[in-house]
Amino acid sequence: MSATGIGAAVRRKEDFRFITGKGQYTDDVVRPGETRAVFVRSPHARAKIKKIDVSEAKRMPGVVDVLTGADLANDKIGNLICGWMIHSKDGSPMKMAPHPALAAGTVNHVGDAVAVVIADTLAQGKDAAEKVRVDYEVMPAVVDPAKAKSGPQIHDVAPKNTIYEWSLGDAKATESAFAAAKHITKLDIVNNRLAPTAMEPRAALAEYDAGTDHLTLWNTSQNPHVARLVISAFIGITPEHKLRVIAPDVGGGFGSKIFIYPEEVVCLWASRKVRRPVKWTSDRSEAFLTDAHGRDHITHAELALDANGKILALRAKTIANLGAYMSTFSSSVPTYLYATLLSGQYDIPQIYCEVDAVYTNTVPVDAYRGAGRPEATFVVERLVEVAARELGIEPPELRKRNFIKSFPHQTPVIMAYDAGDYNASLKKAMELADVKGFSKRKREAARHGKLRGLGYSTYIEACGIAPSQAVGSLGAGVGLWESAEVRVNPTGSVEVLTGSHAHGQGHETTFAQLVSERLGIPFDNVSIVHGDTDKVQFGMGTYGSRSGAVGMSAIVKALDKVEAKAKKVAGFMMEAAEGDIEFKDGKFTVKGTDKSVGWGDVALNAYIAHKFTGAELEPGLKETSFYDPTNFTFPAGCHICEIEVDRETGKTEIVNWTAVDDFGTVINPMIVEGQVHGGIAQGVGQALLEGVVYDKDGQLVTGSLMDYSMPHAHDLPSFKVETTETKAPSNPLGIKGCGEAGAIAAPAAVINAITDAIGTEQLAMPATANAVWSALQRATPRAAA
Amino acid sequence: MPSVSMTVNGKPVTGDVEARTLLVQFLRENLRLTGTHVGCDTSQCGACVIHIDGIAAKSCTTLALQCEGAKITTIEGLAESNGPLHPMQEAFREHHGLQCGFCTPGMIMAALDIVRRNGNDLDEHTIREQLDGNLCRCTGYHNIVKAIQAGAKAMGGMRQAAE
Repeated sequence: MSATGIGAAVRRKEDFRFITGKGQYTDDVVRPGETRAVFVRSPHARAKIKKIDVSEAKRMPGVVDVLTGADLANDKIGNLICGWMIHSKDGSPMKMAPHPALAAGTVNHVGDAVAVVIADTLAQGKDAAEKVRVDYEVMPAVVDPAKAKSGPQIHDVAPKNTIYEWSLGDAKATESAFAAAKHITKLDIVNNRLAPTAMEPRAALAEYDAGTDHLTLWNTSQNPHVARLVISAFIGITPEHKLRVIAPDVGGGFGSKIFIYPEEVVCLWASRKVRRPVKWTSDRSEAFLTDAHGRDHITHAELALDANGKILALRAKTIANLGAYMSTFSSSVPTYLYATLLSGQYDIPQIYCEVDAVYTNTVPVDAYRGAGRPEATFVVERLVEVAARELGIEPPELRKRNFIKSFPHQTPVIMAYDAGDYNASLKKAMELADVKGFSKRKREAARHGKLRGLGYSTYIEACGIAPSQAVGSLGAGVGLWESAEVRVNPTGSVEVLTGSHAHGQGHETTFAQLVSERLGIPFDNVSIVHGDTDKVQFGMGTYGSRSGAVGMSAIVKALDKVEAKAKKVAGFMMEAAEGDIEFKDGKFTVKGTDKSVGWGDVALNAYIAHKFTGAELEPGLKETSFYDPTNFTFPAGCHICEIEVDRETGKTEIVNWTAVDDFGTVINPMIVEGQVHGGIAQGVGQALLEGVVYDKDGQLVTGSLMDYSMPHAHDLPSFKVETTETKAPSNPLGIKGCGEAGAIAAPAAVINAITDAIGTEQLAMPATANAVWSALQRATPRAAA
Repeated sequence: MPSVSMTVNGKPVTGDVEARTLLVQFLRENLRLTGTHVGCDTSQCGACVIHIDGIAAKSCTTLALQCEGAKITTIEGLAESNGPLHPMQEAFREHHGLQCGFCTPGMIMAALDIVRRNGNDLDEHTIREQLDGNLCRCTGYHNIVKAIQAGAKAMGGMRQAAE
């Protein structure tokens, strides 16, 4: 392994600009003549807009224009869309309600935009926004997803506020398996609603060039090409070739910056109208009201087992809250990203899952780190842990009895697992966590009035999203391949243009490691270019832990082509047959001779083209690849959480965290560990601290960082993070992906640990001190005995 | 519009600002020092931390006019251009204490204040408690804590070497 090649903990290329304050985020970009957009938002969860009076606002100092939903409709700007078609059990298509970028007629959640002020400065815009008079007729709101079906109908297209009633698996066979079961474990689970809360708020800056009739959009996107496609082809702002989307440095995404939002559409439209650049930067309060939230499931789940603790079947019935409108990929999250993972790491013969997706008068819900898979893992890992306790079998032992041990393994819910060793990660995690010493630590804690608990989560996820034909057959409106272009310069340095956007993942480093190792050139001679639709031809973007497995595979394919052509050039240079050329460590050698030429010479000769004719070979050295995966990848592992609960206050402290993950090939262990740390923190946040709260009228109670409890440094421990490795057989590098694992594994590990300590399973997330203390009061104090 | 004068990263600056202009707006918009970020509107996240007369402050909760005559240091002023990085900046890179980079300037500026108040030999517990005013969504803080510990130590080593 070289110091900068695959497997090396190379320090990141991107860090210099960030630690010196030279990063370039969307809000840092300033265009000449720039105006600021300030949105007027609904203070009501559901209301008719009777009248909007913008006359006074328009007279305010510095105001350039004030635009409303009626103006948007006059200009025939299309609705925002959801790009994944789901069909109900009865075959009917999902009920997608119109979602205009500025509300027309009705508002459907607090924060729904009704008008926008375009002003010279932000302060002037804010002042003027207060002068926009909106006359609302408030209507009763639907807030609780469990009662959505019986609430007032929000959208004409969706009776009973139902978007779809979907199912996966064999209902009858599952029912028979349950009928034959010796033991059935039942759980009611609420997967709490979360606010993704990337530290950089969303922003958009649009500029219209009247000379060329082109628009440019700088925005906080995880997938600028998808944004361009949707904004042009579906929303109809301008044709695709006249729109350039640039996602510069982006300060975290976690899914929330995948989606196409109203604000960027409005900025584009407004910039063409007012003939000046228009910038909008969300403040944090606005972010809580408008960024897509995550999770929000209500589930009843059951697990059927035989007398030996062998799992026979699993069934789940879930209500998924999708909020007021269907966000870009919202429909796929509680269906194909959720129910398909309900087999966990286990050989479960029958699984049946029903999901009802409903509208409520809350902000739209879509993918958030893990997207469906944390919800599935929580269901499976809580069921297994509780079943073990009920049957008196040690939780790891019950897991081992049911682990899938041979591959490939076809689950009853679509997925074909291709490689893994679940026993290996469990065993290693148990050693690292010193499970043997736990009972002693528990006794010691009890002497100090603390209840100590141990919780496991042996999770699985489907990443490397995704084979295009497969997801197309499931309703996806796009293919989920990735592109790469490798440009070799005459001096031998290399630019890689990739569709995988980076917003913290360190692609500029890991992708360069791959190229450096493959071509035998210095790491510093490689630049990674991403996030600009004028530079990169197309890309599907970054989400679903796909940039390694899919994005880097595309780079490998392009590098294969570069090498093949470079060998031809080398053959002409050394007057040898192309088939006799070998390439290793940056050197081309004629097999069986000492004749060789270096990488730089070959690159130069490809461009000066003196050694071959145009009939023999095209000059230049640049290759493109579009890589479409042949399967999902299946990262899996074991997280063990050890906690102490203060009996008097209910406060939980995490005292040990052990993670052993199988991500397949690891390109940069430092970066991979960082991804695991961040994922665990978000999962612990969900389990202990975070929860979006709406009151009965649909007012957002957790509307700022004072109310929404994001983890602080003192809420978390340091983590023990290690890996095991089975290669992903479906891609050339054997990568499985690591971005979401922590967020998927962690919530179940935490809740399994706390319920172990307090002796009751009746504990909802977030398990705040109050929630745990209350549960303790209700419980028979098993652990206290 | 009132005028305000201060020293920012060693350079005297003067600007006309509205009374309601925040220090962070003055830095970002008037001076184009965009390394200082705004991540919230309630003084929770700490992405805007800078130093006023050597003491960490949240520039989103400080009016520009309050800083008349003050010496302000931002992330851009920690290292001389083309000079070596500050040991705390170096430690964040070495220990992978950042991912998306958005909270990083505020983290580094807050870290320096933790060192100022608590010295160069920092334990994990102290660092975690003292980081209460800074939020990060990417790193889970694990590597930020390591970076601050190492950066503090390196600063101590440099001071000793200088003495």
